[in-house]
Amino acid sequence: MQISRPRQPYSAVIVFLSLLISPLTLQVLICRNYKGDVDMAEIDHFLPLLMTQEEEGLTCPIMSHGNVHFLWIKHTNLYLVATTNKNSNASLVYAFLYKVVEVFTEYFTELEEESIQDNFVVVYELLDELMDFGFPQTTDSKILQEYITQEGTKLEVAKTKVPTTVTNAVSWRSEGIKYKKNEVFIDVIESINLLVNANGSVMSSDIVGTVKLKTMLSGMPELRLGLNDRALFALTGRDKGKTVTMEDVKFHQCVRLSRFESDRTISFIPPDGESELMSYRINTHVKPLIWIESVIEKFSHSRVEIMVKAKGQFKKQSVANNVEVRVPVPSDADSPKFKTSTGHAKYVPEKNLAVWTIKSFPGGKEFLMRASFGLPSVENDEMEGKPPITVNFEIPYFTVSGIQVRYMKIIEKSGYQALPWVRYITQSGDYQLRSNF
Amino acid sequence: MTDSKYFTTNKKGEIFELKAELNNEKKEKRKEAVKKVIAAMTVGKDVSSLFPDVVNCMQTDNLELKKLVYLYLMNYAKSQPDMAIMAVNSFVKDCEDPNPLIRALAVRTMGCIRVDKITEYLCEPLRKCLKDEDPYVRKTAAVCVAKLHDINAQMVEDQGFLDSLRDLIADSNPMVVANAVAALSEISESHPNSNLLDLNPQNINKLLTALNECTEWGQIFILDCLSNYNPKDEREAQSICERVTPRLSHANSAVVLSAVKVLMKFLELLPKELDYYNTLLKKLSPPLVTLLSGEPEVQYVALRNINLIVQKRPEILKQEIKVFFVKYNDPIYVKLEKLDIMIRLASQANIAQVLAELKEYATEVDVDFVRKAVRAIGRCAIKVEQSAERCVSTLLDLIQTKVNYVVQEAIVVIRDIFRKYPNKYESIIATLCENLDSLDEPDARAAMIWIGQVPRSAQTIHSLGGVLFQVQLTLLTAIVKLFLKKPSETQELVQQVLSLATQDSDNPDLRDRGYIYWRLLSTDPVTAKEVVLSEKPLISEETDLIEPTLLDELICHIGSLASVYHKPPNAFVEGSHGIHRKHLPIQHGSIDTGESPVSAGPVVPIEQAQSVIPSQGDLLGDLLNLDLGPPVNVPQVSSMQMGAVDLLGGGLDSLVYLFSQVWLPAVKAKGLEISGTFSRRQGQMYMDMTFTNKALQHMTDFAIQFNKNSFGVIPTTPLPIHTPLMPSQSIEVSLPLNTIGPVMKMDPLNNLQVAVKNNIDVFYFSGLIPLNIFFVEDGKMERQVFLATWKDIPNENELQYQIKECHLNADTVSGKLQNDNIYTIAKRNVEGQDMLYQSLKLTNGIWILAELRIQPGNPNYTLSLKCRAPEVTQYVYQVYYSVLKN
Repeated sequence: MQISRPRQPYSAVIVFLSLLISPLTLQVLICRNYKGDVDMAEIDHFLPLLMTQEEEGLTCPIMSHGNVHFLWIKHTNLYLVATTNKNSNASLVYAFLYKVVEVFTEYFTELEEESIQDNFVVVYELLDELMDFGFPQTTDSKILQEYITQEGTKLEVAKTKVPTTVTNAVSWRSEGIKYKKNEVFIDVIESINLLVNANGSVMSSDIVGTVKLKTMLSGMPELRLGLNDRALFALTGRDKGKTVTMEDVKFHQCVRLSRFESDRTISFIPPDGESELMSYRINTHVKPLIWIESVIEKFSHSRVEIMVKAKGQFKKQSVANNVEVRVPVPSDADSPKFKTSTGHAKYVPEKNLAVWTIKSFPGGKEFLMRASFGLPSVENDEMEGKPPITVNFEIPYFTVSGIQVRYMKIIEKSGYQALPWVRYITQSGDYQLRSNF
Repeated sequence: MTDSKYFTTNKKGEIFELKAELNNEKKEKRKEAVKKVIAAMTVGKDVSSLFPDVVNCMQTDNLELKKLVYLYLMNYAKSQPDMAIMAVNSFVKDCEDPNPLIRALAVRTMGCIRVDKITEYLCEPLRKCLKDEDPYVRKTAAVCVAKLHDINAQMVEDQGFLDSLRDLIADSNPMVVANAVAALSEISESHPNSNLLDLNPQNINKLLTALNECTEWGQIFILDCLSNYNPKDEREAQSICERVTPRLSHANSAVVLSAVKVLMKFLELLPKELDYYNTLLKKLSPPLVTLLSGEPEVQYVALRNINLIVQKRPEILKQEIKVFFVKYNDPIYVKLEKLDIMIRLASQANIAQVLAELKEYATEVDVDFVRKAVRAIGRCAIKVEQSAERCVSTLLDLIQTKVNYVVQEAIVVIRDIFRKYPNKYESIIATLCENLDSLDEPDARAAMIWIGQVPRSAQTIHSLGGVLFQVQLTLLTAIVKLFLKKPSETQELVQQVLSLATQDSDNPDLRDRGYIYWRLLSTDPVTAKEVVLSEKPLISEETDLIEPTLLDELICHIGSLASVYHKPPNAFVEGSHGIHRKHLPIQHGSIDTGESPVSAGPVVPIEQAQSVIPSQGDLLGDLLNLDLGPPVNVPQVSSMQMGAVDLLGGGLDSLVYLFSQVWLPAVKAKGLEISGTFSRRQGQMYMDMTFTNKALQHMTDFAIQFNKNSFGVIPTTPLPIHTPLMPSQSIEVSLPLNTIGPVMKMDPLNNLQVAVKNNIDVFYFSGLIPLNIFFVEDGKMERQVFLATWKDIPNENELQYQIKECHLNADTVSGKLQNDNIYTIAKRNVEGQDMLYQSLKLTNGIWILAELRIQPGNPNYTLSLKCRAPEVTQYVYQVYYSVLKN
């Protein structure tokens, strides 16, 4: 078979990009044409396309007009749109657009119409540095902040040098960082995703964990993180205590992936300050931490009766904080009445929800909420969906998977002693229980 | 004070004021003015008239001001090319600035100014910057080469910049390497040299090393570049895969997807029995699943790609169906894609859960999603036979909801279930009929009528003229069916309808079908019954499968727009027609295009009878022990359902295209000469021979026998020579053949050894049977079955051939091949080239699938053949060759 000529789909990319479109004025707020092969005026087709799709209820993140393709995301009330007329690398485009949001948010706290206008000079500078001719370049906001500053005029001198970090293999950490006290804070956060059927069977459940770092370390420290990773213990044969099987692991750019691949060692030079070191996914079936049973009875033309029972299915010593059970109610419901065995419940009409809040929910306990709503005698004949009951919660000092930080080794050539601090927390992710109403 | 103040000045004479400010003596004032100009530009005002004034501000040591001026230049230089020249000096000077930021800025901006005159001046500074001591400048210069190439490709070549770029692949700095790779890949897209990147094992090694060190974006450039490499063998493929797999753990979803692309491509080269092959398959699943926890747009791209991956290698995700269950808050585009994948992954093992989910979805509010969910239930029933009953009862439950579009959709899918499982669920027809009145969509009504319930009221019949064409057609068929079953009750009705259809309808399709029925019914009611009440065509399990070659191509484009659209790039990118399409690599050991099969030269259909009997002992024995009497117990050959062909008239006579060959020369057979051909006529195989007596005595007592052969060919009748053959007399005989004889594999496969006896002696000769006589008349595969089969047959069974110097168009080709029972199932036009998908079946039930690619203006056709018994493909190719070259 013939060998095809190399063709790079991504290179075609982003011909021009990252224009932030503000829906209020329906105008292009700022734009940057990186390659010049798509006419700027093409963007005029974007909004009509989007509006047609929205009317039909079938939006799609990729739209095309003629031979121009729009890849867009929405952030608050702005649209970030990339356009191309080539077979671009779509996943790169979205990854980049989200990176743009991240960088701008770190620069301006909020990415919105006002912050763009207030800082348009910096925005242009950033767009120039983030991408060149459709190729994403430096997108690490901490490094960018070293040479693109918001007070350009004042820091003239500092800007006369390119931070070597920009092109270094270690492109996420600058040299010469100093702290009086060397510390690193590790947060292990696990989110539970759950989907329960109306008849109470668990359709899917998984755990997505993240390890976040707040690094306050001088110099160029070498770190090694040890977890009770089953695959690691299987490799070394030293099985001590409970281990956890991670289905899939994703790492920050700083982690040496080939090292992890060969011997499961998580070794890295950390970015300074806050960062997300890794995330993992665990499939093991866990008992839903907060179990909900609900009975929703609808008496047409008169009322809805709701009974919700919440049960804490975790250790007695643990406490779930800020528990929020959100129960959908018909959009035409009125005159809410609530009765709860603990916490308090309220009606949020704009979201068609009854929200039951329990500040502190000890393990093993069971609570009850009853609600009733009136329904108008003239029924709303519009079809309503069946939104599920969702639950938010947070359980500190505890990971549901049992994952633990066994050690964090910190080695720096100056030989300082540094302390790692570890904190665990389990929280609700996408936690949905379908109701039978 | 923020920048937003610059947006507020909006008075008359603004331009004039700005002009004055730009020429102010104070630096600060000038900078403010430039900011105002940029602000005006940002909101879309035309400030191009300020060009000379802004350019004047370029000479500054203020970096921020310089950037703004450069920004302005990029925007307006094209409209003011002459003025832009004014800026050249500053650019050249900036390229020598001690500050690397300024050097890089200058070279980056110059590349963006698409003015020919400027590019001439760019070369020298660019050359220097490519060798700059600062990697930041080098990486910017690398990209600049791509920019320059876009403006003036010839110049880039003449100036040797491509070589400089290639040198940068060995740069010590990973970011420079990554940008050089990106730039070269970009250039190669429009460059005639296919191996611009010079992908050889050494360079690949350099790239793999840089992969570990460069930024996430650089990793994507390198991975995308690697995916174009064709490793020389499985060992190289495996070692690259081993170094790419760690990327699956990267947090950036685009890095992951590009790594998946490389791995999916190289998997093609790994033999399935290799342990590593399975290890790799297992590694692919978790990262694909994790992509679904990303942002919705990322999920969407992931799902569209997973859809392809599931079709190509279903084993990867077969255990993961749960992650495709739809969440209430998923955006609609994610929901629809998940549903699609759920159906593809549905199997007996998970069908209960899937059905429960689908039923749940069918009660949601989003109409498109609900419809798709209902359709999905039907597809499950067809795919997983054990679940059919469950699906039907679920559908009946849904019909009870009386939600109009749910009912209609359900009825449409029930029709398909009826087709798949005839006479199994007819008991539910009564329930379906209750909903007859609520059906207002043509599809649903047509489906209902198809199911067999004809509304009998005259009123309904009269509305034949009023309803949609689709419904009319089905109604017509249904009434004819009804008539054939209960002629006495419905004679009046059928006449009424037929006259309506033929006389009152202005739709030609409807009229034609009316006439056909009418004639059928009036001339031969028995045949009519056979035709109209024939078994409902089976419905295939997999629907919406992507055609195999397209699927393979799309796998090469994982992550790109093509993979999202499920279309080849040339379908939506302008100006990409001349570019080669991507193929998956092919395992070594299979035949390469244009090599052995073609160099084998034109096919010699019949071998001369020199070494008539091979010296292998058993063969010899077989033939020597011949009982040369007429074959016994040969059943009559059935006439192979050739009615249809007869009806179409004798277009099949042209089957004999091979010229007669001398099989047995007279000198070798004591004066008997036999020449002949093989042919297939009207479903019957013949050996057409001419016997000539070149001896001086007459010949009698002729008999013939075949040795065991690959296809079990034996004569159906004794040799029909009943009278003595006089000296110098010839007789032509047609010996009917069938394939029910004993089978023994021959080499070559189509070799037939024959013994002929007469009153003088026994003579032996051998001939090669052209394979087309084994192509049976019912060799037309259903489209869906074809797709599924093509997918099912392993890639290593695919062989490719070229047929050179052929000047026929696709239709002529189809026609010619059809004469030989090679049926064209589908024809697709891709970027001007015709792709014919064809099937044929051998007498022994072996199917051969073919894809014939015909490019306009290119007399060389490419033929890909897939078959579970790949040893026959070579002979099939020979048939194609002789048919098309004849």
